[in-house]
Amino acid sequence: MSSENAGFDPARIRALIARGKLKDALFSALGILCLGIGLLVIFALVADMAVKGAERFNLGFFLNFASRRATQAGILSAWVGSLLVMLVTAMTAVPLGVAAGLYLEEYARRNWITEVIEINITNLAAVPSIVYGLLALGIFVYAFGFGQSILSAGLTLALLILPIVIVATREAIRAIPAMIREGSMAVGATRWQTCRYHIVPYAMPGILTGVIIGLARAIGETAPIITIGALTFIAFLPPVPFSELADGTRAGLFDWVMSPFTVMPIQIFNWTSRPDPAFEVNAAAAGFVLMVMVLTMNAIAIWLRYRLRKNIKW
Amino acid sequence: MLKQTRLTVALGLAGLSMLAAGTAQAQVIKIDGSSTVYPITEAVAEEFQKAKKNAIKVTVGISGTGGGFKKFCRGETDFSNASRPITAKEMEECKAAGVEYIEMPVAFDALTVVINPKNAFLKQATVEELKKMWEPAAQGTVTKWNQVNPAWPDAPIKLFGAGADSGTFEYFTEAVVGKAKSSRGDYTASEDDNVLVQGVSRDVNAIGYFGYAYYAENTAKLKALPIVNPKTGKVVEPSAVNVENGTYQPLSRPIFVYVKAASLQKPEVKEFVDFYMKNATALIKEVKYVPLPAAAYTGNLDHVTKKKLGTVFGGKNEVGVTIEDLMKREAQM
Repeated sequence: MSSENAGFDPARIRALIARGKLKDALFSALGILCLGIGLLVIFALVADMAVKGAERFNLGFFLNFASRRATQAGILSAWVGSLLVMLVTAMTAVPLGVAAGLYLEEYARRNWITEVIEINITNLAAVPSIVYGLLALGIFVYAFGFGQSILSAGLTLALLILPIVIVATREAIRAIPAMIREGSMAVGATRWQTCRYHIVPYAMPGILTGVIIGLARAIGETAPIITIGALTFIAFLPPVPFSELADGTRAGLFDWVMSPFTVMPIQIFNWTSRPDPAFEVNAAAAGFVLMVMVLTMNAIAIWLRYRLRKNIKW
Repeated sequence: MLKQTRLTVALGLAGLSMLAAGTAQAQVIKIDGSSTVYPITEAVAEEFQKAKKNAIKVTVGISGTGGGFKKFCRGETDFSNASRPITAKEMEECKAAGVEYIEMPVAFDALTVVINPKNAFLKQATVEELKKMWEPAAQGTVTKWNQVNPAWPDAPIKLFGAGADSGTFEYFTEAVVGKAKSSRGDYTASEDDNVLVQGVSRDVNAIGYFGYAYYAENTAKLKALPIVNPKTGKVVEPSAVNVENGTYQPLSRPIFVYVKAASLQKPEVKEFVDFYMKNATALIKEVKYVPLPAAAYTGNLDHVTKKKLGTVFGGKNEVGVTIEDLMKREAQM
């Protein structure tokens, strides 16, 4: 204390400021370096896969089923399977997760039960995915009798990303200023009306971010999907709603959810572990496609977030 | 408003999809099991679907031999791929569930011991030498080539082998060490044989083992080690010819497909079996496995017609059996 107050020495203060600025510059350089490493790794990975798989990028690759001949093998059943599983996952996890998050933030009383629930939700996010697979095998596949279907897989992955969606929802709701809530209630809105017309719309950008992070994780999951019994070789697609089936009847609107399936990560894994090295090219190409799928999902999320934020006027 | 409607729709769809759970599935031939047998069955399934113009659907999964039998004995699958015969415990499970089956050997898998192509001193090996390298007692003590054979150099030995869950590991340990699943633990283990291929091809002092197909696809990067047949004393190279004539022993084994007897009532399953046995030789060669003598496939079809239920192994794995021998044996449930 005393030494700092002792003398007002401009030279010393200037030196102090210079030192601070140097640290500033050093830290920003370090930050750029860290960012660069991260970007470089992902860029190298994507570029490597794109170059290795380049010779497979043609229409046939997307429209062919798996085959023992590398040049004829495609990812049709895998990409369709991945998309349909994601659809079921999103349709289950989003309503459940948003409703649960909304309840915890807006309705639930603060007591030890909600505390326990909160701790549990946070912990669930850290449970290894294979555990969800084992749980789903017992419950969805056998107890509920859904079998090795798109429905089972979608519900399994929905469970997996539910904690992510709930936490994201709660964070987004918490970021809404209290005055919005108070204002709404002050003019006589009920709690439900407040949630419906204010809280959920304003929280939507944040919720969407959480949903996309969750789905991006789910689309790359292999372990729980293998556990519930996804296939490796499947050379047909789930029935299109209302299309004619082999036995002359028409498929129902939701028949596809009970169809056997495979997903992109399983197809990639199978190709990397085959004896014939030509399949490595397929694996690289499929890996690149999976990356593009994830990046597209992220891009859509950013675009939606941007659009929704434009409408929020506080 | 709009968002709310969307949410309601999503909830409704989720509910409806639950309702759809009870609807019947289309007729599908279901196959699951070993990853070793997978390439063969996949090739057959692919050709079968093509021949039937996709009127019959076939699915093939990879759950491993044990995982495959679990589903098979619960009655969930029509066929089970197996890289070893059914065990006594699995026989019990099938019996308890009332699942009867017919055992069909479909091909040979030759475990191939491979070394780096730059390895100049290793021309052959005996089963005893392999045992010295791989037995549990070797753990931590046998680390140099000259400890196995004094004629070999004083250089570190780098071991690459199958992971403990694979049928390959089970058979190799049984054939070399004498007891299934008994192996040293301090080696590079991987369930993915391509990892082993990479490892051996990069290290001049490496030695490893895996299925013949992985060697056959990577002959430029690897050298196969001829093994002395303990019965005849002759040095035998792993090759299609030597596997087929039964001299590459004890490291070649038959691999199987089990079919559920009840499924054979369905015409499409019967057709699939016929197709499998008639096209096996050509397709198996194409996926770099070694086909059985032609008599074995007609024998399998004969067993299917006569309903020869059960296994000829009595729940135990065996080293060094010949196909002719297997075909003659009595099966039991």
